[in-house]
Amino acid sequence: MSAIPDPEHALTASGNLRRRLLVSRVFEGATVLAAALAVAVLLILVYYVVKHGVGVISLSFFTSDLPPYTGVGGGIGPALVGTIEMALIATIIALPTGVLTALYLSYFAGPRGDRIVRVVLDLMAGLPTIIIGVFVAGLITNHVGPSGLAGGLALSIVEVPLIARASLEAISRVPQILVEASDALGMARWRGIVGVVLPTASNGIVTATILAVARASGETAPLLFTSELYGQSFSVDPRHSLASVPLEIFQLLESGYSASVSKAWGAAFTLMVVILAANIGARVWLRRSERKRGL
Amino acid sequence: MPLVTQPAMNSAAAARARRARLNRLDRRANRALKWLAWIGGVLVFIAMLLIAYQVIDGATAAFDKFGFGFLVHRTWIPVENKFGALTYIYGTLVTSVFAVILATILGVSIGLFLALMAPRRVAVIIGPMVEMLAAIPSVVLGLIGIYLICPFIAADVEPPLHSVLGFLPFFGAPQPIGNSLFAASLVLTIMVVPIIAALTRDLFLTVPLELRDGAEALGSTRFEMIRGVVLPVTSSGVIAACVLGFGRAIGEAIAVSQVIGDQPLDHLNLFLGGNSAASVIALQYTEGVSPLQTPSLFYLATILLAFSLIVNFGARQLGRRSLLAR
Repeated sequence: MSAIPDPEHALTASGNLRRRLLVSRVFEGATVLAAALAVAVLLILVYYVVKHGVGVISLSFFTSDLPPYTGVGGGIGPALVGTIEMALIATIIALPTGVLTALYLSYFAGPRGDRIVRVVLDLMAGLPTIIIGVFVAGLITNHVGPSGLAGGLALSIVEVPLIARASLEAISRVPQILVEASDALGMARWRGIVGVVLPTASNGIVTATILAVARASGETAPLLFTSELYGQSFSVDPRHSLASVPLEIFQLLESGYSASVSKAWGAAFTLMVVILAANIGARVWLRRSERKRGL
Repeated sequence: MPLVTQPAMNSAAAARARRARLNRLDRRANRALKWLAWIGGVLVFIAMLLIAYQVIDGATAAFDKFGFGFLVHRTWIPVENKFGALTYIYGTLVTSVFAVILATILGVSIGLFLALMAPRRVAVIIGPMVEMLAAIPSVVLGLIGIYLICPFIAADVEPPLHSVLGFLPFFGAPQPIGNSLFAASLVLTIMVVPIIAALTRDLFLTVPLELRDGAEALGSTRFEMIRGVVLPVTSSGVIAACVLGFGRAIGEAIAVSQVIGDQPLDHLNLFLGGNSAASVIALQYTEGVSPLQTPSLFYLATILLAFSLIVNFGARQLGRRSLLAR
């Protein structure tokens, strides 16, 4: 070292520092590439489905009966009806269960109950959906045959942890001051919950429900054994098997005829557009409503 | 407001009666709500127990016949009533492990990019787009897998990999048709990346700004800041995210069954077809040809359930151990 070091020495990248900066830049570039790759994959997937599916779409595709085995003619009308019906059944079961579970965890659970239910929710959220299908098949379908109700029940098990966790999150974000104010006014606990907490958390709960329904209506595995359909029978009675869009795609592909495959693309296009639109819509709506409340 | 004023005594008594009635109603409603919430919690708990019971119960016939030998036997020949799960367990593990390795590299990078490097305006667009990947239904992903991914890798990915890494048993000679363990791994990667990316992004955002600023003030580059501060502080959470992604990968049935090739597996070669536990359940459940087939599939489901419970519980414990856990 010289007696008087150059005062600007530390400011110019040289030797080791240059190498360190280079490593850092390369690393940053790699993360940008990774993000770009994920976005590119998404765009390619969407483009590919649109390219193959959009030509199949017509009004009669949505309204006509399921195609025969060869895939010539027909549409996905019953499958759309069945998917909507089973998603409705699932939500009728899962929404109250999920919200009540969130209320239990937020206000009523002792330390042990809280821990157990939280663990169970996490485990349920990670449950393979095929296991849910096997479970409902063993519980119901093996005894009384497949039905839309069994399919709806299976989908509700997909929805419950999603709704419960998001409701819990929404309830925990209700400003403490509102709860304290309602307590200070001498309101009964239930009035505070029903009149203050739930309305304030409703945006989050509704968003979670939309996302859960979107997720459930794209599931195939829980319906594989619980609401399976043979032939083209068209039924809207949930006590019998209902067709569903994901399962219809799966079965059209198994037959392998080119007409079936193009029907599958059309159905996949429909399913994907609805699910992505629900996802985007729910997020945008939640963000806007939260901004309005200054959260 | 009543139009006619009533005598004072009367109104006080009425008010008291009203308050008593309200109190009674409130007490009842409080109790009812508490019970309802309790029922919600218990219902979730019971559902989980019932799932475990039902799946294990369905497997008893196979368990009595094969015992734990089921786990190490390789033959699965329904017409001869011979069942062993080893090849399916192998198929599940090899596809999931490969997918999680790829997805960890990509997902953690994306998480770092979104949390620490991207300008806010970019992050709020790219972040949701990556999460959108997770919203694509698995059957649609499988469809794309069959018609886009399989032909692509058979033509452009597997041959070069084979010529470079062919000395490893995993990268043997490819088939002309792309349906393979490798294709299944790639489809699983697409499913797992958004999970790891979203979880790790949220995790990296919780690293206190003082720590990051401190590292940069000491003269570290961005890479050194990440390696020296961000990753060590969040390491258990990052591992938890990857374990969660692994749990998602082992349980995927539909998309995997569409691209995995469904061949008997007696090789380590990723470029040939095989099958995984979840996908073999999806493919064979409705076509039981021998009395022990359905119980054997339930046995497979039990193994899968045990895997899933262990993995998810492990991820949870790891996540709670995180230094930054709330």
